[in-house]
Amino acid sequence: MRARVLIRPKTGILDPQGQAVERALPALGFEGVANVHVGRLVELDVDDPARLPEMCERLLANPLIEDYEIQADLLPAGAAAGAS
Amino acid sequence: MKFGVVRFPGSCDDVDALLAARRVGEAELLWHADADLRGVDAVIVPGGFSYGDYLRCGAIARFAPVMVEVERFARHGGLVLGICNGFQVLCEAGLLPGALLPNVSLRFVCRQVTLEVVEGSSPWLRGIRDPLSIPCKHTTGRYWAPDPVLDELEANGQLALRYLPGHNFNGSARDIAGVTNAAGNVLGLMPHPEHAVDLLTGSADGLRLFQAAAA
Repeated sequence: MRARVLIRPKTGILDPQGQAVERALPALGFEGVANVHVGRLVELDVDDPARLPEMCERLLANPLIEDYEIQADLLPAGAAAGAS
Repeated sequence: MKFGVVRFPGSCDDVDALLAARRVGEAELLWHADADLRGVDAVIVPGGFSYGDYLRCGAIARFAPVMVEVERFARHGGLVLGICNGFQVLCEAGLLPGALLPNVSLRFVCRQVTLEVVEGSSPWLRGIRDPLSIPCKHTTGRYWAPDPVLDELEANGQLALRYLPGHNFNGSARDIAGVTNAAGNVLGLMPHPEHAVDLLTGSADGLRLFQAAAA
């Protein structure tokens, strides 16, 4: 099964990367943008999606500083991001 | 006194740590893929970019075979020093509290910093009271832990090293440059004592940590 894990900095922890993007967008004329946060995306094929939370807790995310969101069963196995 | 310096793929300060340790005792390299500490008395997890810093700094290195032994050694009171990437690895491994986040500036910074020794009871800092002038060089060095954890560390005397005013360039919580575990045998710090062991390069203050451990 194809799964996707979205990893974000925890709310309340200073996210200078998000701030930099938030400042850059108005400089290009994109007004009305707020609360920008930059995280990571991990896509993977897994035989047993029930094990995804443990994978996140132990390796894919650092639960102290990051929140993660698992999206499973989105795509057929083997479908890679950006593949045509 | 025999020091072991871990070498991961991507370590780059392992040789400096080895040479610094050899000024006060014996030292040898420990290969990341060998679950063997070769009978050393102290372990140094050095700076660099272990496993390319992929995923998160230190996240993959903490599962290296040698780290299983380092964890066991640390939990039995063995002396462990994590420098820069080594500090990140020890935090990821849960041997030290907290985490290291990107510098507030999002830039790699290389500069000399002055550190206050807040708590000198760790064997790595025993007898050191004067401020230490040591270089820093990192992109991901902003120490962070939740406030209740920071309060607890402070109360337990685990906030070992602080940047002096004007030296906290990475935005670390409470100006923290280094912390220990509750027992004090494990110390992690972002600045590089192994790069400050000879006046030729501006300061020999870093050597004092190696001397303290060997004493």
